[in-house]
Amino acid sequence: MKEKYILEKRIEKGDFNKGGEASSKLKDLLRKLGVDSAVIRKTAIVTYELEMNIIIHSEGGWIRAAISREGIQIFAADDGPGIADLEKAFQPGYSTASDQVREMGFGAGLGLVNIKNYSDELKVDTKTGVGTKIRAIIHLV
Amino acid sequence: MKLIDIVEILGLEAIIAGNDQLEIMTACGADLMSDVLAFTQEKSLLLTGLTNPQVVRTAEMIDIKVIIFVRGKRPLVATVELAREKGIYLYLSARSMFECCGILYQNGLQPEEINGCFSPGEEE
Repeated sequence: MKEKYILEKRIEKGDFNKGGEASSKLKDLLRKLGVDSAVIRKTAIVTYELEMNIIIHSEGGWIRAAISREGIQIFAADDGPGIADLEKAFQPGYSTASDQVREMGFGAGLGLVNIKNYSDELKVDTKTGVGTKIRAIIHLV
Repeated sequence: MKLIDIVEILGLEAIIAGNDQLEIMTACGADLMSDVLAFTQEKSLLLTGLTNPQVVRTAEMIDIKVIIFVRGKRPLVATVELAREKGIYLYLSARSMFECCGILYQNGLQPEEINGCFSPGEEE
């Protein structure tokens, strides 16, 4: 069955001005649906980190979100370059971000760490030179 | 602690003034946005030296209501506009991050709980 998304948004490479718009929109949608505020906050953090990762590291991609009985599912898919060392990427403090990105307060090597800490389920598929697909689930209760 | 007390103690200049009676339970000070996102509690205060719009975006994600820019650094116009749109209050302090945090701590404001705190060596 094809997933019905409550949010689907294209994220452009390096588009810091719009960074956070997808997460903000999802947050508003969930609030209107009456989702618990702690669940909304977890979802917002995970989505925001995923969104910023696409902006900072990839060649552009998509953020999509769906609600099912499992919880809130967030999908991040991007085109290249992929994560060369996935184990390292989950180590707090490990980062490949540029100085410019760091000056903005990002690229501290905590993005994936936060995503993991706030998600109830997390799956990362990455291929060097191709791209990265991440699915995060936040349970409703 | 009420917002009006914080404004008074630190001698803050309002950029977007908030409700004086707003109760601030906890605070965090950070220049790393992922550090801010590791804080878990609601209705808190952020002290930061960063002035770009992403600071407001980050605050929005975890329902931070008040941002204080330290060391007299004025936020960018885009930052102020986004804060106005999102209903986040902005203040300016001439004091350093360390001094602001110290004064607030001394006056009884509590630090935030952090989700996922790593002790040195834990990952080894």
